[in-house]
Amino acid sequence: MSQLDDVSNDAQPSDNTKLAQTGLISSESKEIILQGLWKNNPGLVQLLGLCPLLAVSSTVINALGLAIATTAVLVLSNWIVSLVRNHVPKEIRIPIFVMIIASLVTCIELLMHAYTYDLYLSLGIFIPLIVTNCAIIGRAEAYASKNTPTLAALDGLMMGLGFSFVLLTLGAVREVLGSGTLFYGAQALFGNLFGDITVHVFTTESTFLFAVLPPGAFVVMGFLIAVKNIMDKKA
Amino acid sequence: MKFALASSPFGRKMFKTPDLMRLVILCLLPGIFVQWYVFGWGNLIQIIIAGLFAVITEAVIVAIRKRPVLPTIRDNSALLTGVLLGISLPPYTPWWITAIGIVFAILVAKHLYGGLGQNLFNPAMVAYVLLLISFPVHMTSWAPPEALMQHSVTLADAWSMITTGFSIDGYSLHQIKIAVDGTTMATPLDTLKTDLGHGLTASESMTKPIFGTFAGYGTEWVSFAFLVGGLVLLKQKAIGWQIPVSFIGGLFLFALIGYLGDPDASASPLLHLFSGATMFAAFFILTDPVTASTTVRGRIIFGLLIALLTYVIRTWGGYPDAVAFAVILANMCVPLIDYYTQPVVYGSKKA
Repeated sequence: MSQLDDVSNDAQPSDNTKLAQTGLISSESKEIILQGLWKNNPGLVQLLGLCPLLAVSSTVINALGLAIATTAVLVLSNWIVSLVRNHVPKEIRIPIFVMIIASLVTCIELLMHAYTYDLYLSLGIFIPLIVTNCAIIGRAEAYASKNTPTLAALDGLMMGLGFSFVLLTLGAVREVLGSGTLFYGAQALFGNLFGDITVHVFTTESTFLFAVLPPGAFVVMGFLIAVKNIMDKKA
Repeated sequence: MKFALASSPFGRKMFKTPDLMRLVILCLLPGIFVQWYVFGWGNLIQIIIAGLFAVITEAVIVAIRKRPVLPTIRDNSALLTGVLLGISLPPYTPWWITAIGIVFAILVAKHLYGGLGQNLFNPAMVAYVLLLISFPVHMTSWAPPEALMQHSVTLADAWSMITTGFSIDGYSLHQIKIAVDGTTMATPLDTLKTDLGHGLTASESMTKPIFGTFAGYGTEWVSFAFLVGGLVLLKQKAIGWQIPVSFIGGLFLFALIGYLGDPDASASPLLHLFSGATMFAAFFILTDPVTASTTVRGRIIFGLLIALLTYVIRTWGGYPDAVAFAVILANMCVPLIDYYTQPVVYGSKKA
């Protein structure tokens, strides 16, 4: 996986002098929000972090668990990388970024182990593998290492939300197609806060295994990207 | 006087797509007839359902793509995909499974790649593999030949089984599958594999009623009929000889090696050739002009590759038959095969 390939096509928050500062949000923050959620969405446009995206999106709850974990890591890693950016020698910046990300992921993993044990079991190897999610090191290198902490954290949040949005859509489509339910196994994430909130969209004796298996993830992902391209073309 | 000019290849017969597709469907008829005679109405209904959904899906997608609808439908290619899938499915597969398969074949395997002539994979086989991995229970519920069945299945029964899951008298597919001796039946290849796993020898397993004279009971004649239809296709020069010959020859060779090595633990070459999808695939699936290799040497490699994959997956794999998987894997290799087997342009190389 080439984490750094995306640097070139990654739109830097330019000095948007044209866009005047409006209200509470500066034009720069606006651009960051737009980039993360839509224009440069890590899942649909940069196609980063596909491995966890495709692997754990078989149900909405699994997807939500990974989405929260990834977003948290992304915000914190962007923020910390930005804080230390002036003290990091250029030559060894990547190993340092990786160490920061790895420590954060370890924290998240321990937290999930402690508080959402069922989800921890069902996500399995994909929690520690957040370290290798290209979207995270990509943002650290491409954005956080060059910008101020506040903006970097905002960028992390927006990229994380963009990634989560794709993850959840994929999870929802695959869960409905595959087993006809939504939000199955919510207790794994929320405990007994909401109880069983499984929505049965339709009932069937036989699950559509293709949607649950990895090939289905690829096909649904392809359709999502196609839908985004159509929407962009029309706009 | 008018001299008709046509571009190469200068075949003696020039088929237009609709004629070619119609000829292929006609040559399938002997096989379909024997399949009906041996296994009853199931597959005939599947063919109709699959064909219908195929044509409707094709029409809708072509309309969405803003292409002329009627000429596309008239080229019969969607209908042929439907017929091929209908033949391949277990006879009493629920109708919605057939529908999912054929819609996926036409929509994803064919039109998302650009339509007829652009598709990388054989649509009917993509549909078959999709269904096999998605609905393993339904897709391996093969009914035994009618002569071996405990309950007879009429046309009304078959229709009712496919649309509701139960026969007119309320028998489920599981009960229908029960043979005269009270055991449920799988396909010959599957039976042999299971028996070998249980420690029986091949010849002990072959004494079971599901086996016939030289391969599966009934299925051997279905295969034979497809062979006859395929030979007509070959005689009409609608397909080249390379793919069927290399595939059947290759499978025979690989099976023979395995059989000579350990006759007690392997299926005989004849069983390999006359059961499962071998004959049907050799002439009607592999020879798809779009997804098969296009060079002469390439076609021989293509056929041999599928033969090898089929033998390996049948012998050591987890699925009862392997042709569909083998075809899709070989389809993937076609661009590479074609690249390395381009005929040398005359004069470009010294003799």
